[in-house]
Amino acid sequence: MNLTLLILLPLLTAVVILLMRSGVQVKWSAFIGASAQFILALILFFAFRKERALGNEAQMLFELQYKWFPSWHISFHLGVDGISVAMILLTAFVVIAGVLVSWNVEKMTKEFYLLLILLSLGAYGFFISLDLFILFFFLEIAVIPKYLLIGIWGSGKKDYAANKLALMLMGGSALVLVGLLGLYFGGTENTFDLLLLSKMQIPVLVQKICFPLLFVGFGVFTALFPFHTWVPDGHSSAPTAGSMFLAGISMKLGGYGCLRVATYLLPEGAREYANIIIVLSAIAILYGAFATMMQKDLKYINAYSSVSHCGFVLLGIGMLTKTAIAGAVMQMVSHGLMTALFFAVIGMIYERTHTREVNEMGGLIKVMPFITTVLFIVGLCSLGLPGLSGFVAEMTVFMGAWQNPDPFHRVATIAACMSIVVTAVYILRAIGQTAMGPISERYLSLQDARWNEKLAAIILIAGIIAIGITPFWLNDLVTPAADIIMQKVAGK
Amino acid sequence: MLNDFLLLMKAELVLAFILFLLLILKVGKEITNERLLALIQLLLLGNFIFGFFFIENGSLFGGMFTTNGLIAFQKSIISLGIYLISLLFSDWLKKSEHLPEFFILLLSAVLGMFFLISSGNLLMFYLSLELATIPVAAMANFDLDKKISSEASMKMILSSALSSGVLLFGISLIYGATGTISFDQIPALLDGNGLQILAFVFLFTAFAFKLSIVPFHLWTADVYEGSPIAVTSFLSVISKGAITFILLTTLYKVFAPIHDLWYNMVMLLSVITMVVGNLFALRQQNIKRFLAFSSIAQVGFILLGISSHSMEGTSSVVYFVLIYVFSNLAAFGVAGAISQTAGKERIEDYKGLYQTNPLISWVLALSLFSLAGIPPTAGFFGKLFLITAGASKGNYFFITVAALNMIISLYYYLRIVRAVFMDTNPQPIPKINLDPATKLGMIICGAGIIFIGLLSWVYDYITTLSL
Repeated sequence: MNLTLLILLPLLTAVVILLMRSGVQVKWSAFIGASAQFILALILFFAFRKERALGNEAQMLFELQYKWFPSWHISFHLGVDGISVAMILLTAFVVIAGVLVSWNVEKMTKEFYLLLILLSLGAYGFFISLDLFILFFFLEIAVIPKYLLIGIWGSGKKDYAANKLALMLMGGSALVLVGLLGLYFGGTENTFDLLLLSKMQIPVLVQKICFPLLFVGFGVFTALFPFHTWVPDGHSSAPTAGSMFLAGISMKLGGYGCLRVATYLLPEGAREYANIIIVLSAIAILYGAFATMMQKDLKYINAYSSVSHCGFVLLGIGMLTKTAIAGAVMQMVSHGLMTALFFAVIGMIYERTHTREVNEMGGLIKVMPFITTVLFIVGLCSLGLPGLSGFVAEMTVFMGAWQNPDPFHRVATIAACMSIVVTAVYILRAIGQTAMGPISERYLSLQDARWNEKLAAIILIAGIIAIGITPFWLNDLVTPAADIIMQKVAGK
Repeated sequence: MLNDFLLLMKAELVLAFILFLLLILKVGKEITNERLLALIQLLLLGNFIFGFFFIENGSLFGGMFTTNGLIAFQKSIISLGIYLISLLFSDWLKKSEHLPEFFILLLSAVLGMFFLISSGNLLMFYLSLELATIPVAAMANFDLDKKISSEASMKMILSSALSSGVLLFGISLIYGATGTISFDQIPALLDGNGLQILAFVFLFTAFAFKLSIVPFHLWTADVYEGSPIAVTSFLSVISKGAITFILLTTLYKVFAPIHDLWYNMVMLLSVITMVVGNLFALRQQNIKRFLAFSSIAQVGFILLGISSHSMEGTSSVVYFVLIYVFSNLAAFGVAGAISQTAGKERIEDYKGLYQTNPLISWVLALSLFSLAGIPPTAGFFGKLFLITAGASKGNYFFITVAALNMIISLYYYLRIVRAVFMDTNPQPIPKINLDPATKLGMIICGAGIIFIGLLSWVYDYITTLSL
């Protein structure tokens, strides 16, 4: 399996979209491109499993290395481990669903799909790069498409939200850049190569300086408290597919970076600051949950609950046990699928009712049974119902967290656990008000989901249920990679 | 000797040949502007291509004039820049009543820059710097019927006279302190005593004037705003490029022994320049003033790379200037096309541009992203390498400030992107019919912005030259 395909395929799709003339052609070429990505991701997944089953125990599989700026010790070094494969699968699921739900974008269709595909290009490149320079390159590629998606196709205070998002993410990447330079010059040898750096003894002082820079820098992407403020504005102003990509893929870039770059390369730094991470993520979890209780707008509800759910990712990383880190990765995948589906459903409802206010809705189950069913599924997944992916991921994080026996970790874990109750309150209330009760007259003529919306929802639900009922495959995929990271952190 | 002379000075000779050809054409029979411009574009293209052949190392006139592969490449960058200018502003140039004079002045200035880059002696350096400056001041006055253009010219003359005075003073102090003005002999005689430092400060101040390093930047915005856009682009891209190259030689070759003394100064000036340039750019309404301040901020980044005093510093600065030529000229080209056809130079006039002129909008967006340092444009690589080179000495506080400056600059570049792509305008700029030459220039710039970064051999080539 040649990993460059994951970059070349979106690039090719983008070129084809540029050449297309009518909106219909653009849509279909984007759909075909996204399906090809989807198939490619599945092929990668099975090829990876096959290699592992054959006993290939290398840390990274399908490695490739091309010369690129050799004078700066940069190379186009690609490779995947279990965590990357899981993230690539997630990206492929969200991309195809995102392309499907935006089927009726009429304004500047070509540019819209072009930006979506460019965003997916950035995400794939980020997850497969083993060189910190190209990792940073792909991280930043994705910033401008997000800005334009919100600014052009968004709603509400989109100018403000787009600016805030672009500047905060850029600020995050500026910190990441300084941290990466510290790594480049701090080791025994100047290099950006992730595997070389991981084998190097990086001085403790450098680790203590660079870890906060990298962790906070990547943390901005994944709504680390108190740098989460772009999340509610950005998500609620973005168009449906934009929100799906933002919450489903883009926030995961940060989590992946925190884990792969900050924690893995700087174990001393990770141990030094782990408690602060735990405190911040526990605050994010609780604050996000309580803030969601006060929201009346469906998109804001999901945006704040994303802050809360992404807190579990950082909490899992901060707990520094193998199970907790595996749980963090599973939470990334689970939350990516779930939140993408949630935003998709909200988009479908908004398109029909022209409101996102929970108070103005009611009884929608009578006219759109399919959409409300999806809403129920995604809501139950969000509050952690067993059998769906949310339960599996959060449970794994809690189990991992509980392995730390001291009172500090216990208290933080219990505090995070309590958020589940709050989640249940706001999710059930929102769903109940939307779907149940008497229906207003003006909604009686509304239509249920069209084929494209149904297909998008089914793809994402399939992912959620596949993780929820048979979590073993994801666990088996992620745990060995988490173990390697953990061994490095434990100093073995 | 004659062979040496012909080979080593071939770039200057070709330029002088074109200059005299233009003079003859000017006094000869009437020729239409269109045909003359086409001829000039062809000659400049030839000049650019010729720059890559017969590259020799060596020096002439007892070390007054030196050349090598890197210097030849720097001259090629400048040749490319003037070729692009002749393409991008062809609409304006065609309508000009004094087309031959414009190019005679421009080529004289470029000739001065070529000698400047090649100079191996402070006297040569001073003379060529004057040759590179005075014609530009005349060019700044080229909108003959506009008062603001004369004002720009006047301001430019005064500020360059001041900086020349300072420079001469510095040179005489150096002569007093070391007893020589040859670039080869000065380093051995430098020991960092007070007089030498004073001399260095005066010399650097002259550079600071020319490069509009804060706090010597005050002339920049007015001159840029008043001059015709073609001249503004020449000033901000070509002039700055040439001065950057000679600054690189001066600091790395001549003042290398007192590197420890100038390192902190250059680093500090770099950060101040960035911050001030960025903060002023935030509030500009006129696109030319905006680009003027943003170019000040860019110079701050160049200084960051220079401060590293290493081979990486040289190659990343040259690389950045090459990228800067493409990105800034593209932005000026778009501004010029709009100002020429619609007569609008304010940023708010750009609202809704994408609806009427998609191609121009994409070129503008690409160039702004490149200036802001957003991948996959070349500017990302250019800026990142400058920052990495600057970080090699480990001054992380300044590096962090520089990285944070990229956010401020992103904010104001995005302001234009927002106006172009997102805002609506009841009276957008009408559809602009681009001259084919302008279109070609924009396509070259766009291709350069995308590919110079992604194709790493361009940078590798510069690295091999700067060894």
